[in-house]
Amino acid sequence: MHWQIDLIILTFTIFCALAAITVKDLLSTAILFGAYSFMMCLLWAVMGAVDVAFTEASVGAGVSTVFFVAAVFRTGRRTKD
Amino acid sequence: MSEFLPMIVAKYNYWLYIVLMMIGLYAMISKNNLIKKLVGMNIFQTSIILFYVSIGYKTNATIPIIENAHGGGHSAQELVIHAADYINPLPHVLMLTAIVVSVATFGVALALAVKIYQRYQTLEEDEIRMRLTEE
Amino acid sequence: MRFIALIIVFLCGGLLLYATADFPAWGDPNSPANSYLSPHFIEKSIEETGVPNLVTSVLADYRGFDTMFETAVVFCAGLACFLLLRNYDRKEENFYRHLPTGVIIQFKKGDKTLPVGKEFEHMDTEWVPYDLIIKTACRILIPFIQLYALYVVAHGDFSPGGGFQGGVIFGSSLILYAIAYNLRTLVQRIKEKMLGLFSAVGVLIYAGIGLICMILGGNFLDYGKLTQILPFDPGHIRAYGMLGVEIGVGITVMAVMVVIYVNIVSEGKHDEGL
Repeated sequence: MHWQIDLIILTFTIFCALAAITVKDLLSTAILFGAYSFMMCLLWAVMGAVDVAFTEASVGAGVSTVFFVAAVFRTGRRTKD
Repeated sequence: MSEFLPMIVAKYNYWLYIVLMMIGLYAMISKNNLIKKLVGMNIFQTSIILFYVSIGYKTNATIPIIENAHGGGHSAQELVIHAADYINPLPHVLMLTAIVVSVATFGVALALAVKIYQRYQTLEEDEIRMRLTEE
Repeated sequence: MRFIALIIVFLCGGLLLYATADFPAWGDPNSPANSYLSPHFIEKSIEETGVPNLVTSVLADYRGFDTMFETAVVFCAGLACFLLLRNYDRKEENFYRHLPTGVIIQFKKGDKTLPVGKEFEHMDTEWVPYDLIIKTACRILIPFIQLYALYVVAHGDFSPGGGFQGGVIFGSSLILYAIAYNLRTLVQRIKEKMLGLFSAVGVLIYAGIGLICMILGGNFLDYGKLTQILPFDPGHIRAYGMLGVEIGVGITVMAVMVVIYVNIVSEGKHDEGL
């Protein structure tokens, strides 16, 4: 497994995580959180854990993002910090 | 210094996983909004799952599905399987359960956040504390 | 508060980084995690259970107890969402639109309701325009998504997949139906009672298979004893036991995903949604 792919995907993951907790708009947080889940799924696929990657793709980048957007729809969208 | 370099190259993955864990922990402690705290909790959970799955990796090994085994029951008995050829499946199994539990927890936590918003009309922690002490 | 949080984070991070000096090198085949039980699972799985996917065979057979309680946890989460949010109050004002003329009628009290059909339709509080492309595209896609979900459950023994992944995909196809059309359409098609029943039936199938094995004379979830009632040969009976158990997991997960979505997006009232 090439260490270059690993390093690039890990850097993207850390950027997505930092961005998801910093932005002030909760809908953007939901989408960035979906992107973070997708990067995790890629990391596990590169490491050879195909079952875990399948589960994270269907759960994290699918259903979990929909729950998050549904909750933001019912509560406020803007946050102070 | 030259003996640190192979050690850094062999273990830099673990350091980046620890950085991710600490990002999640910081969000859980210091953010005011309840949903940001939830995002931090989920980042913490997935980074621990990532760390755990990476323990089972073996170099020059393939995915944990045995090849040439699908095709009749009789020919499968002549297979010789070496444990070093396949990635360890045990961390994957335990972490599959962890991912399932994490999504169930996330759903219930979002339901609690919606309920809190219905009651106090806000999701910021300091405002909720003020409105609690006023009653 | 942020200063204290930063200190705590750096302290924990520093301690963890110091502990990585003791870790085995990355990708070592002889590390302690790869040594004691997992060579047995890798080498003996196909002759004892007949299933090539090692993760499924460990999940549903060697560690079947964990999966049973995981299914129970998912069921409890669906139950908790339902109990927290479900609200049986009637809405106070109702809006209807008369389709031939476009007139909008508003009822203030909520006692009277009009029959919905060809002449009248419900109007949601937030008006969404009728979108033909999304409805037609989703209508064509949803059966294929469900077929793929059933494939993932059934083929979990030979390829990546299994009960949990197939159940989530099936549940998300039903959520797609609710988003493309209307939450009311989904709730009328698949009633709340059926969803509650499905989520309980899955756990019951799992525990029931274990009890049947115990009645036939073995341990709990000992699939080898099922040869007395099923007509399959003893080399493959464990694979069929695993398939039955994975179907139970898939049914529960599908129902719970839909229950959690419907309750969160409508705040428990089951009338309007995304």
